[in-house]
Amino acid sequence: MRPLTEDETRTLFMKLTEYMGKSVERMINRSDERHCFRLIKDRVYYISESLMKAANSVRREDLLHVGVCLGKFSKSGKFRLHITSLEFLSQYAKYKVWVKPSSEMSFLYGNHVSKNGLARMTENTPQYAGVVVYSMSDIALGFGVAAQSTEHCQSLDPTGNVVLHQSDIGEYLRGIEDDMF
Amino acid sequence: MGQRRGSSAPKGKARQKKSEPEEERKISSEEESSSEESSDNTEESEDEEESSDGNEAEDSEKGNSKTPLFSDENVAWLKPKKSKLLDSEEEDDDDEDDDMDEEELEVERQSKLLDMEMEAEQEEADAEMRRTIEQETEIFHLPTEDELEQEKNRVVPPSEIRSRVESILGVLADFKSRREHNRSRSEYVDQLIIDLSELYGYLPELMEYFVSMFGPSETLEFVDASDRPRPLVIRTNTLKARRKDLASSLMKRGVSLDPLANWSKVGLKIIESPVPIGATPEYLSGHYMLQSAASMCPVLSLSPQPGDKVLDMSAAPGGKTSYIAQLMRNKGAIIANDLKPERQKATVANMHRLGVKIAITCTHDGRKLGKKFPRTFDRILLDAPCSGLGVISRDPSVKVQRTILDVQKNSHLQKELLLAAIDALNHKSKKSGGIMVYSTCSVSVYENEEVVNYALQKRHIKIIDAGLDFGKPGFVRYKHQRFHPSVALTRRFYPHVHNMDGFFVAKIQKLSDRKPEDSLEPQEKQEIDDEAEKEVKAHEENKQKRKADGKPIHIKENSKKKVRSEHLSIPPKKQNQGKKKKTNAKVTKPRRHRAQATDV
Repeated sequence: MRPLTEDETRTLFMKLTEYMGKSVERMINRSDERHCFRLIKDRVYYISESLMKAANSVRREDLLHVGVCLGKFSKSGKFRLHITSLEFLSQYAKYKVWVKPSSEMSFLYGNHVSKNGLARMTENTPQYAGVVVYSMSDIALGFGVAAQSTEHCQSLDPTGNVVLHQSDIGEYLRGIEDDMF
Repeated sequence: MGQRRGSSAPKGKARQKKSEPEEERKISSEEESSSEESSDNTEESEDEEESSDGNEAEDSEKGNSKTPLFSDENVAWLKPKKSKLLDSEEEDDDDEDDDMDEEELEVERQSKLLDMEMEAEQEEADAEMRRTIEQETEIFHLPTEDELEQEKNRVVPPSEIRSRVESILGVLADFKSRREHNRSRSEYVDQLIIDLSELYGYLPELMEYFVSMFGPSETLEFVDASDRPRPLVIRTNTLKARRKDLASSLMKRGVSLDPLANWSKVGLKIIESPVPIGATPEYLSGHYMLQSAASMCPVLSLSPQPGDKVLDMSAAPGGKTSYIAQLMRNKGAIIANDLKPERQKATVANMHRLGVKIAITCTHDGRKLGKKFPRTFDRILLDAPCSGLGVISRDPSVKVQRTILDVQKNSHLQKELLLAAIDALNHKSKKSGGIMVYSTCSVSVYENEEVVNYALQKRHIKIIDAGLDFGKPGFVRYKHQRFHPSVALTRRFYPHVHNMDGFFVAKIQKLSDRKPEDSLEPQEKQEIDDEAEKEVKAHEENKQKRKADGKPIHIKENSKKKVRSEHLSIPPKKQNQGKKKKTNAKVTKPRRHRAQATDV
């Protein structure tokens, strides 16, 4: 377990900013306790300081995970968010999309959200902005990227994609085989 | 036909009573018998037989109240009885007698015939009752070995085996009166064991073990319940949802559910579900976890507090770990350990799904945790790997794959794990000493009471009340073994009693770091191993010798010594080895009290 380097930190924050905007700072300077990011085998974990101290006594070979995994660095240095970060994304999300019950399951299988399934969208979403997807009962289903800005979405034909799928909670069932965890 | 006595027919039909006695007598010949019976049943004495005749006539006439009146030769004896209700005892017997003397013969004869018929019936009924009593008290013949040999040549239908099982249980229930004189009790029990193993598909040695723990009839209930599945139960994840909200959103999807029990505020029992419970969006967003009712009990017993440092030694796949985290409101630290990395992947996934932020997952060998984290934790949960004899309903292969030897190997591992856990506890935690819970999903004594009793001897701990009142207390004695009395504070759960998986929970508090037999530890371990071996041997020998003299072999001397040392929790007296006897009040007094204490 080691702290992130400068580059890694920058990459991470850039990625997070896509979804959360300036609220990224709130992730570090929290009211209850200071949290930090640590790296275990290319995966970034977000943990409180006390938890970090507790985990320091565990040997490197035996340690599997600490706290919450946010995502993974690829071999080329790019950072990819995992579904496990959804809680924080949805807490601080800037742009949200609500999906109709009929196409809930489709999104959970990994498909993109088409205009047919779109129920609501936050205003002024720029194109390719990071977006968190919710069901009508306000359960966070996953996140993705807005295919079109909000205005353009209105002029789309019904089968056009509104949100490009990146990650959904169905991966908790599918992901164990994919070496997600 | 059913002309009841006390029927309030209008009294105005007095005149009409004179009508058609003859006709009605024929018609009412059936009615007579019924009213005869009814009148007999209502305790009319034979003195009033004549009045009953009159009653019948009255009855029958009341039934035919609309027929026209006419008089005939019977006028003489037929008297209007307008004021006479059948249930009143104020009958004018005398009047009737006088008038009816002459003509009574006809009626009397008939009534006497009916009486005789009744008596004949009664006798037949008595005879039949005697016959059935005889049949039931017929001595059940236990097949001898020769007969059993013959049985091997043919295919015995399960129904026959089952009826034999039930007969044997009946005999054992009232052995003195129902036994065959030349057969011993153990022969019946042995046959029962063989039959039950064949009926339900168990290894005979497992069945024998159950019978020794439960007794014959309860064993049948246990194996029967182990063949049926337990209800599906989910646990609300209070970090993300409330039980009410979860219940309503699941019901919207068509699931029918109920609260689990009054001892659980987060459990829900799924009765029926059109959608897969393990794949709803609520499940995927971590609102609940599939967990059996029995698995919730050890965590409830442990009752971790927010801010504690907790270790879960066999955590995979993370059901109990997440329950601990939700009780701690995501404050504190939990180390979730398990031996196998593949299984730990599922733990990691569940921790993330359920929103647990305080988990550290690792893959140590639990036995070494005592050395790696000495005196570190406030609470420890050890849900030890076991033979799974209590969860046969979920994995029927246990019936044939587990042998008693497997069970004993597990017992050895569990003892090591438990000692390591006690070493990892911080006895200065919160002024009271670290608390741990030892639990298994097995019903065997080897893996439960024996392990806990062993730990009592080897470490300075005490067993405290598990806090689960709805379970059965643990065994304090089993066969020749005698355990410390505080073992009664542990709790057992059975599928046939509680409709939960078979489970065992023991709550232990660490008093200090001292190890009573420090210098002798390796020797003691050897002794324990030897004794375990001897037990296995004695077990085999008992089986063989029992058939010879029909009585269980008396315990060998070595095990007698074990009995004495296990009776009290203080270590066996080692003064003769030149060790300074500790007269420290802290050491002696609490221990003596502990031998008599029943609760914390």
